[in-house]
Amino acid sequence: MNETIRGLVTKFGGLPVAVDQIADDADLYSAGLSSFASVQLMLGLEDAFDVEFPDTLLNRKSFSSINAIAATLTQILDKRDVA
Amino acid sequence: MNMSVSIADAGLMARAARVATIAAKHADAVDAAGRFPREAVDAMIAERLLGIQIARSHGGEDADFSKIAELCSILGQACAASAMVFAMHHIKLSSLVQHGSESAWHTAFMRRVADEQLLLGSATTEGGIGGNLRNSICAITVKDGVCHLEKDATVISYGDYADAILITSRSNPEAASSDQVMTVFLKEQYTLEKTHVWDTLGMRGTCSDGFLFKGTAPAEQIFPKPFAEIAAQSMLAASHLLWSGVWHGIAADAVSRAQAFVRAAARKSPGAMPPGALRLAELSNMLQTLRSNVVAGLKAYEDAKDDPDKLASMGFSVAMNGVKICSSEMILPIVNHAMLICGIMGYKNGTPFSLGRHLRDAHSAQLMISNDRILSNMSTMLLVHKLDTSLLG
Repeated sequence: MNETIRGLVTKFGGLPVAVDQIADDADLYSAGLSSFASVQLMLGLEDAFDVEFPDTLLNRKSFSSINAIAATLTQILDKRDVA
Repeated sequence: MNMSVSIADAGLMARAARVATIAAKHADAVDAAGRFPREAVDAMIAERLLGIQIARSHGGEDADFSKIAELCSILGQACAASAMVFAMHHIKLSSLVQHGSESAWHTAFMRRVADEQLLLGSATTEGGIGGNLRNSICAITVKDGVCHLEKDATVISYGDYADAILITSRSNPEAASSDQVMTVFLKEQYTLEKTHVWDTLGMRGTCSDGFLFKGTAPAEQIFPKPFAEIAAQSMLAASHLLWSGVWHGIAADAVSRAQAFVRAAARKSPGAMPPGALRLAELSNMLQTLRSNVVAGLKAYEDAKDDPDKLASMGFSVAMNGVKICSSEMILPIVNHAMLICGIMGYKNGTPFSLGRHLRDAHSAQLMISNDRILSNMSTMLLVHKLDTSLLG
């Protein structure tokens, strides 16, 4: 999952540094992720994983690092599996 | 949803009313000269209104945003520039109150603000960045426990009169433009070289001149939290709600003047409905819409304030931005409508019904963080955030 996320961060993140230079737990906003790019990234993630982020998860924390994004996605996908 | 919003207590309102009386007396002179509303700010200090937001345990009065917004409105009915200085001070203070308690220096400074009634200024705007306060060009440097910062601050409201300035910058010279921190510099720790003079259409008394800021201070004065969190969790709501309180005050005073005009006309011609009476009824509805919008915003904040995730959510951000857009857009038609009622007596300066200052002050609302920028941010968020369609939220 993290590799797919990395691909999407590369495509939509608009970061000034190469994504492979960024650790899984590094803060993406500190690395230069703008709010516009973060929304583009969210749309990309929704499309790639066929999910919709609920409003309770639409906050900075949920998308603050590659690991945080993976945890956010896992939370949604787990819920879907249970349902 | 609990619809109640705490109402300012009578003692606090009486203190604000005394300040408002003084502010009203000098409002036209402050506006005409574009000078700092010294008398009104001295009265705020005398009534100890600058520290009310601070917790009682640190020398304050635990006043929440609803109470402070009510005070902004009371002052805004007297002198919008004085009210805006009061609002901006409390917006900066909200950052200190909500994000400073984890640091010994900031906690001690909070107590000083309450004890000494210090006036806090803000330097978020920068040459080359404009009003996009979530980005900085300048960077703070830290060496041997001492921080240093130079900033081309194109706007520092009442910069010459503040006792301390809370200023944003990149967190270090290598940091990305959005990787920001905020630092408190005390008056004796910085110099200001004036670069722009605030000679404007309205809000003239805020003296929001531009300065080249140079400051050196102990590094512990840098807020421990990233500015991104401070901006999202306290500044966004504080700015839009307290500004809206000021704007409600401007609008409410314009409506009062229009009503006084209609009532005077009614007394002159008993038995006949004065010409502006119908418009006054419309005006009362417009003010009610504005008030409802601000109250709903204060309520949304009350509901979210103890939940950092909620405060940082897109839904909350969309709601607060919506409050700002609505109140800043509503005040212009309200003042305009009041002027239609008062006619030439509203257009002329120096009458009891004059509305020129109100109209000019009101024009600042759409530009203080440009509504275009806010709408653009909202439109981005609405690509993923699904609007709350319930009535009560």
